[in-house]
Amino acid sequence: MQIVVLAKSVPEISEAELEINAEGTGIETEDLVLGINEWDNFAVEEAVRLREAHGGTVTVMTLGDKEAEDVLRRALAMGADEAIHLCDDAFEGSDPATVARLFARVLRDRKVDLILTGVQSSDANNAQTGVLLAQELGWGYATLVTKIERAGETLTVHRELESDTEERVELPLPAVVTVQSGINEPRYVSVMGIRKVRGKTIEQLGLGDLGVGEEQVGAASSAITRRSLSLPDTSGAAELLEGTLADISHRLATLVREAGGLS
Amino acid sequence: MSGVLVIAEHRHGALRACTREALGAALAHGSDVTTVVLSDQPERIAAELDGVAPNLTLVEHPALADYNPEAYLPVLADLVGSLAPELVLLPHTSQGMDLGPALAGRLGLPLITDCTAISANDDGLVVRRQAYAGKIVETLVLRRADTTILTLQVGAFAEAAPGLQSVTVERTVAELSPRHDRRLLEYVRAAAGDVDIGAADILVAVGRGIGKQDNIALAQRLADTIGATLACSRPVTDAGWLPKSRQVGTSGKTVRPKLYIALGISGAFQHLAGMKGADTIIAVNKDPAAPIFKVAHYGVVADVLEVLPALAQALAR
Repeated sequence: MQIVVLAKSVPEISEAELEINAEGTGIETEDLVLGINEWDNFAVEEAVRLREAHGGTVTVMTLGDKEAEDVLRRALAMGADEAIHLCDDAFEGSDPATVARLFARVLRDRKVDLILTGVQSSDANNAQTGVLLAQELGWGYATLVTKIERAGETLTVHRELESDTEERVELPLPAVVTVQSGINEPRYVSVMGIRKVRGKTIEQLGLGDLGVGEEQVGAASSAITRRSLSLPDTSGAAELLEGTLADISHRLATLVREAGGLS
Repeated sequence: MSGVLVIAEHRHGALRACTREALGAALAHGSDVTTVVLSDQPERIAAELDGVAPNLTLVEHPALADYNPEAYLPVLADLVGSLAPELVLLPHTSQGMDLGPALAGRLGLPLITDCTAISANDDGLVVRRQAYAGKIVETLVLRRADTTILTLQVGAFAEAAPGLQSVTVERTVAELSPRHDRRLLEYVRAAAGDVDIGAADILVAVGRGIGKQDNIALAQRLADTIGATLACSRPVTDAGWLPKSRQVGTSGKTVRPKLYIALGISGAFQHLAGMKGADTIIAVNKDPAAPIFKVAHYGVVADVLEVLPALAQALAR
């Protein structure tokens, strides 16, 4: 089975206090660590497992600046066979529709059975690219997938719905599947592992290689004409407990007792 | 390009409440609102929209009993083409996340997902949404388009108030032309866990901030001391540290305990939707901007691993 995984380089933000840049158009990323989008990490692991079970190859692909190459190296260290990097200054600011169109350009003439990617990215949270790519290629798809089984040319997948419910769906190949977090336990990647794949060639593709004009990509091609970022309104928010750790704990203990705990 | 089309959502033969929120958003934007119901029994679903949906388009076909994009897409593509609405609204749910991008891709229309507010100014449509797991609010001005598709965050818009008089109903029988053979085989309910977190008066819930699996024992000790049940947010289940039956949030369980203690949970909206109904919420998190502090009554900006032992000491006194 020929599998392609789409992975994105994103800033690690779960424990970080975010700052907005002076223009108000993005966040300050200088102090943030870049890494593979969490959902895409599950997708890479799932792709490698499917190849281990059924044979074939895994190709990992990203669109991003030079630094995004780390995500590809990491995926190669996890077991991906090949890597493609769509890298061009003109791509910056592209919306999901444009990104999907560019990925489709690369994949249209290649033999691919299955495309995996994360449900969404942890930075933009758009949750669009995978499904849009399926539309570009004219393929079937399934989103929010928590389990993948393959029998011949058909997949059976579980889709996560609401309230502890899933649906079991049959999906013929070729197809695009967006992977939900928790589908597997991604393997550990060591520094040594990444060093080992240092010599692997990464296919580099720019605007010219894809046969698209500059006006068809980047922020100019987006439906969004202006983007301004702000921090969430915190009015009406929690009363913050202040003081020493002992003071705070004492206050917490009182609150717990008042609510019926320890009674 | 005028008017708003709302795509109704239903499961197991019942309307889902998020549809009324989408209608509320639509009616706040303009009065020309059409709601489309695709179902094997659309009348039954539509009955639940009595007095809140001014115009209904009922599309009937046995293959529309359950959501399937292959059945939905051709019908909706035709309808959007003929109505040419300014907006198409659908909830940002497991269905909307599956259907929205496909409809946008098929028709070549712009889509903004997970919106929390819609307005308009001289430049065009203005929508607000969250990014970075709710830590950032984006305000977007959109290029004028024939039609724009928006998926709406569940809980962000007030439900449409009943009391509408004029209801027009159009009925059609769908002709389906699926392009792919995606098929729903069955619904699968998650196995019940060892405890029902929905029945607990006090929940101690752990999130990513708990750091590692070994630290769960510290939270369990707190829970034991105060007679609480241990729960968690998604990253903890994803990592396999606690079973799915302990997960609070839209894909897991919705809880309304007397006291909810959130430890190291930043508060993605999917989590908040599952616990914001608790009587008292205490949140401990390192990040003062964490969205959990918006729904919490009391907050502590600190590392959970420092607070837990100190609290254990305070409770022992």
